[in-house]
Amino acid sequence: MTARPQMDHEMAIILNELLEMGARVEDAIRLAIKSLKEKDSVLARKIIDDDQIIDDLEDAIRDKCIKFMARQQPLAGDLRMTISILQMIRDMERIGDHCEDISKYTLRLENEHYIKELIDIPRMAELAAKMVKDSLDSFVGKDLRLARKVWKSDEEVDELFRNINDELLDLMAKDAAKVKQSVMFTFIAAHIERIADYATNICEETVFAIEGDFCMEQAEEV
Amino acid sequence: MENASTKFEIDKLNLFYGSFQALIDIDMTIYTNKITALIGPSGCGKSTFIRTLNRMNDLILGVKTTGLVKFDDTDIYAGDYDVINLRKKVGMVFQKPNPFPKTIFENIVYGPKVHGEKNRDKLQEIVEKTLKEVALWEEVKDRLHKPALGLSGGQQQRLCIARCLAVEPEVILMDEPTSALDPVATSKIESLLEELVEKYTIVIVTHNMQQAGRVSDYTSFFLSGKVLETDKTEIIFSNPTNKKTEEYITGRFG
Repeated sequence: MTARPQMDHEMAIILNELLEMGARVEDAIRLAIKSLKEKDSVLARKIIDDDQIIDDLEDAIRDKCIKFMARQQPLAGDLRMTISILQMIRDMERIGDHCEDISKYTLRLENEHYIKELIDIPRMAELAAKMVKDSLDSFVGKDLRLARKVWKSDEEVDELFRNINDELLDLMAKDAAKVKQSVMFTFIAAHIERIADYATNICEETVFAIEGDFCMEQAEEV
Repeated sequence: MENASTKFEIDKLNLFYGSFQALIDIDMTIYTNKITALIGPSGCGKSTFIRTLNRMNDLILGVKTTGLVKFDDTDIYAGDYDVINLRKKVGMVFQKPNPFPKTIFENIVYGPKVHGEKNRDKLQEIVEKTLKEVALWEEVKDRLHKPALGLSGGQQQRLCIARCLAVEPEVILMDEPTSALDPVATSKIESLLEELVEKYTIVIVTHNMQQAGRVSDYTSFFLSGKVLETDKTEIIFSNPTNKKTEEYITGRFG
């Protein structure tokens, strides 16, 4: 399967940039939560500024994919892979935006004393960041098992999100002074929940690239 | 595969050139008013196969055929089958434009004349009708009695298609009809195919993968004398079932 070295070479370059974009997005998730937890406004501003790098990577990869399609005219598995990459970079760009939004909350909360210690939100973020990493690893490694496993693990994130919501609703009901922060933390958790959803999209794109459909529920594979 | 009616039904077709077996157990359905593309590496049997559909292989010494090729439900290899009539109904266009060294007019009326048409007005009518069908009329109507070999390659190929249409076939077989043409002439033939398929059934051999993808409704992948996969073209080119098909169309073959 090496009859098209130029094609394989161009795809390898695209995959490298995809991994770089993935690593940056994964960092953005972890750092956004770190800055929130530690009220590190310098770090929060850096995340907001650095989102431009993620956006630029999306543009660069999209550009390379278009040139790849125009010149190499990929078909079948190659075509599906290229289409999947085009979808994934949109998903990752959106993840970057969510990290930026979380950082904006961090700045708004800069001078406040938190109403509670943040435990579940960082846990949720850690799970989401790992999902993003694993989903991309599943794509690059053509690992269907991993893709389906990561896809399924979204349930854990959703479960944490529900718990956080319940807890914050409870705080709001008991003490009107805590409403402002509770609402903000709810929004932050909702951003993380969306990030995990984008990771599941990447898993679906992986399955599509390899198998040509979006069949995620395969008990024997998971 | 869908509700289209069947023009050819091929069942366990085997073909031998002497002791060499060129086609092995071919099963295929060719649907009416659809374009079926045959793809595969050189020597895989696609040209041999397309020539079994109007018994052109009969002309080659030492060819032996077994199995069934049914055209409109009739076995064309049955002993009493009218081969002349078959070749009238199943026309062929070749890789290199091959007009006769005659005038444009004479090229087109050649077939109808052979089949007994003598009426001058009728012949004139056939020339105009078929040249219009292949979108060549406007380009050549003022020089119908000039040599066909004075036309460009693309025009010559459209003339050959018109010549084929002049005997009112039902099927047009095309063996790499654009491989000797430039992209503009190729694109003219391709858009012509889209119009012709309204009236005719088309089977086309092509080495140009993108062309098969652009023009055909069904694609069959041939390898070493066998059909490995036949499916709707959009499926063959986006998600083929057979690994060898995938390797071939993605250019990772061999």
